Amino acid sequence: MSYKTRHIMRILPSLLIIILLWTSISLASPGIEPKRVVLKNGITLLFVETHALPMVNISVAIKAGAIYDPPGKGGVASLTSALIDEGTTTRTSRQIAEEIDFIGGKLSAAGGEDYSSASLVVLKKDISTGMELLTDILLNPVFPAEELERKKKETIAAIISERDDPGAVASKEFYRAVFQGHPYGIPVEGDEESVSRITRDDIMNFYQQFYKPNNTIISVTGDLNYKEAVSLIETSFVRWDKSRLKLPEVPPVNKVSKGDSILIDRNITQSNIVLGHTGISRDNPDYYAVSLMNYILGGGGFESRMTKEIRDNKGLAYSVYSHFDVNRFPGAFTVEVQTKNESARDAIEGIRTELKKIREEQVSDDELNDAKAYLTGSFPLRLDTNAKISNFMLMVEYYNLGPDYIRDYPNKINSVTKDDILRVARKYIDTENCVTVVVGKQEKTGLRK
Amino acid sequence: MSRLIAIALAVLYLFTGSAFGSEIREHFLPNGLKIVTVENHKSPVVTFQVWYKVGSRNEITGRTGISHLLEHMMFKGTPKYGKGEYSGIVARNGGNENAFTSQDYTAYFQNISSDRLEISFDLESDRMVNLLLDPNEFMLERDVVKEERRLRTEDDPVSSLIEELYAAAFKIHPYHSPIIGWMTDLDNLSREDTYNYYKTYYRPDNATIVVVGDFNTEDLINKIGHYFGGIPKGEPMRDVKISEDDQKGERRFLYKREAQLPYVIYGYHAPNYKDRDHYALELLNNILSGGKSSRLYQNIVYSKQIALTAGGGFTPVQTDPELFYFYAQLKPDRTTEEAEAALKEEIERIKREPVSTRELQKARNQIEASFIMGQDSVFYQAMLIGQLETTGAGAKYLESYIDEIRQVTPEDIMRVANKYFMDDNRTVGVLVPLPQKQ
Repeated sequence: MSYKTRHIMRILPSLLIIILLWTSISLASPGIEPKRVVLKNGITLLFVETHALPMVNISVAIKAGAIYDPPGKGGVASLTSALIDEGTTTRTSRQIAEEIDFIGGKLSAAGGEDYSSASLVVLKKDISTGMELLTDILLNPVFPAEELERKKKETIAAIISERDDPGAVASKEFYRAVFQGHPYGIPVEGDEESVSRITRDDIMNFYQQFYKPNNTIISVTGDLNYKEAVSLIETSFVRWDKSRLKLPEVPPVNKVSKGDSILIDRNITQSNIVLGHTGISRDNPDYYAVSLMNYILGGGGFESRMTKEIRDNKGLAYSVYSHFDVNRFPGAFTVEVQTKNESARDAIEGIRTELKKIREEQVSDDELNDAKAYLTGSFPLRLDTNAKISNFMLMVEYYNLGPDYIRDYPNKINSVTKDDILRVARKYIDTENCVTVVVGKQEKTGLRK
Repeated sequence: MSRLIAIALAVLYLFTGSAFGSEIREHFLPNGLKIVTVENHKSPVVTFQVWYKVGSRNEITGRTGISHLLEHMMFKGTPKYGKGEYSGIVARNGGNENAFTSQDYTAYFQNISSDRLEISFDLESDRMVNLLLDPNEFMLERDVVKEERRLRTEDDPVSSLIEELYAAAFKIHPYHSPIIGWMTDLDNLSREDTYNYYKTYYRPDNATIVVVGDFNTEDLINKIGHYFGGIPKGEPMRDVKISEDDQKGERRFLYKREAQLPYVIYGYHAPNYKDRDHYALELLNNILSGGKSSRLYQNIVYSKQIALTAGGGFTPVQTDPELFYFYAQLKPDRTTEEAEAALKEEIERIKREPVSTRELQKARNQIEASFIMGQDSVFYQAMLIGQLETTGAGAKYLESYIDEIRQVTPEDIMRVANKYFMDDNRTVGVLVPLPQKQ
């Protein structure tokens, strides 16, 4: 029926707890040679050839996420994605579902903060049916009014349902408080009010403004050769015309300027704590030093200081970790922990002790070497399935990490020194101006003043 | 969709399919340790897994959760490798490791590059026999598991509802109790009980090693023999021989707590892999719940808009028969009566009318495609074999699987629907949200 895993989840997997594995492959032979080409209409195509299985994975990124939601209309990018497979000029929602299900394929679309995505997974023998559907939903969606109304209700119901997840409540409140005035402070799906305000025109305008080939990255991984892949994408999207893009300005991320505690009272057994502030963007040159610093601090699963102290030595929590969201704009630095209400104060204290310590003392040689060994040794493990390769290539392209990213990564990690770790800890961790959100039974936490 | 149900579904998809492209080979050491291998050279990685035939199914009253707590303790040290060293060694070698406990098994694994595999032999053979179970560490880890229970179950209305469903549907069989254990049992589990439990069940003749990935089989078997061959067989062990009586009448319960949306869950006692009926039930499951074109989504979620999510599923690769469940999470202002009526309508329809040829073909296609796609990961290949081996089905189950699926007819589906989806065989749980107290 279920599995109880021992491991801490560094990134929240929505469904498959047991999938969170990056199997390791030796660095010398990741065996992956991505090819990149920009097609005539502006689509950036990335391709990796794999012949182990007769299947093809296609991932699409439209460079239009919730950062471009119109003011007061949080959720437009997300609803646009949710609706693109709910009716086209020639197919109803039900026909699309029936056709993809009949071939046992997977077709999906989702909004994100920085970009929106779509994906297709099919057996090779079904590639033409699959591509026809993917092309149809991207090029010919009609956003039927009744589908919009249905999806809005569904989105609002999901938002209501999420209030039963105290971790999600804490997280949303944290982002709202930290990213005031920036779209990262608004949930990708919006909130009840903003979703109810969204009109069909909002969706149509968003689609027409951003869903352009020259604003799109497509990555293909699987049982095709390069010529086949290029010709597949070229012919499928031949009628998609390039056009001039007007990308809106996104307001800057302001740093948190004062410490703040937000206590939310719920009749539950644990306090769900999220603590932190703004962090760094993906293009920050300190990314590599920050990755190592965070691994040692709270990102390194069972190897992190936070897990060793708060879980292993004190028995206060099942899961405690720190994380830097590295997005296009500076994302959040967060520490998350859940502990019985009575020990909320101890857990927060324990976390603050670790934050202070990493800012004040150099890490040990062993800690740094172990962190380097893991990050370099496990790096190519992100590339052991078609789906992982496909999404990885999208990420490399979107964040402009360069064609030699895979090759250069170990050097960049290995050149980081203990002084660098101390410098980035002092620069990017702020123990004074921290936002702390606690969702729990407050009479038991004793945090109320 | 709840977390527990989602996991069950994901696993279900995995084993639905034909035999792997590569050969599945079995080997035995003289001490009874079974090794199942599949060479797969697509990337230079290996998944190494040790599966013990022990889970919550083996637990007795008052000691629920002991299998899972022992799983946690397996990382707390032996005389050779101290607390936390397992994870540290694997991480320094660029590998990932983890463990999981179910009703029927407890399994440990490392995913690691092929040239580092000896680390796994060393660590796993050591902790198969030399676990310390330090009393201090035991008490700390028991607290960690209690936090895990609060996180996964206590504060999650739907997880709690599912726990209640199993407790109501199984009176006699240990599937009655949650894998993580009841909180009161966690409060009382002792280090001595856990040590005895370890000594009883952790032994080569109660374990199966599954290895999938980039290795040479002969070389691998020799090395495993070197590390594990000297571990002695255990004493004779009592098998769990408990079967649930036939249910004689619907059981129905309300579960009231602070929550946002009502939720309805149905559980019907259903067969496991030992009964050929499970093949027809798998196809039936796809027809009702496989994708957005499935009947439950189309009718309850899409057309009638009663539920935010609705679906069903079951897990035939279990040592003993389990439940076939259906669920619906209501939309605001819809009632559980409406959801139950809609669920029953679909259940009655599949009992009354043969499914169409196209629906049946679609379900077959979904099962076959999922199986091929599942092989993208060596971990999942090993996971599937481990489940089949420890529940008694055996990896040979895969050889005939696709043929069995292809033989199922619309009449078979109607027959099994009538056989298992009887009102008297149903347990119904209804989550009734109470308003938030402030």
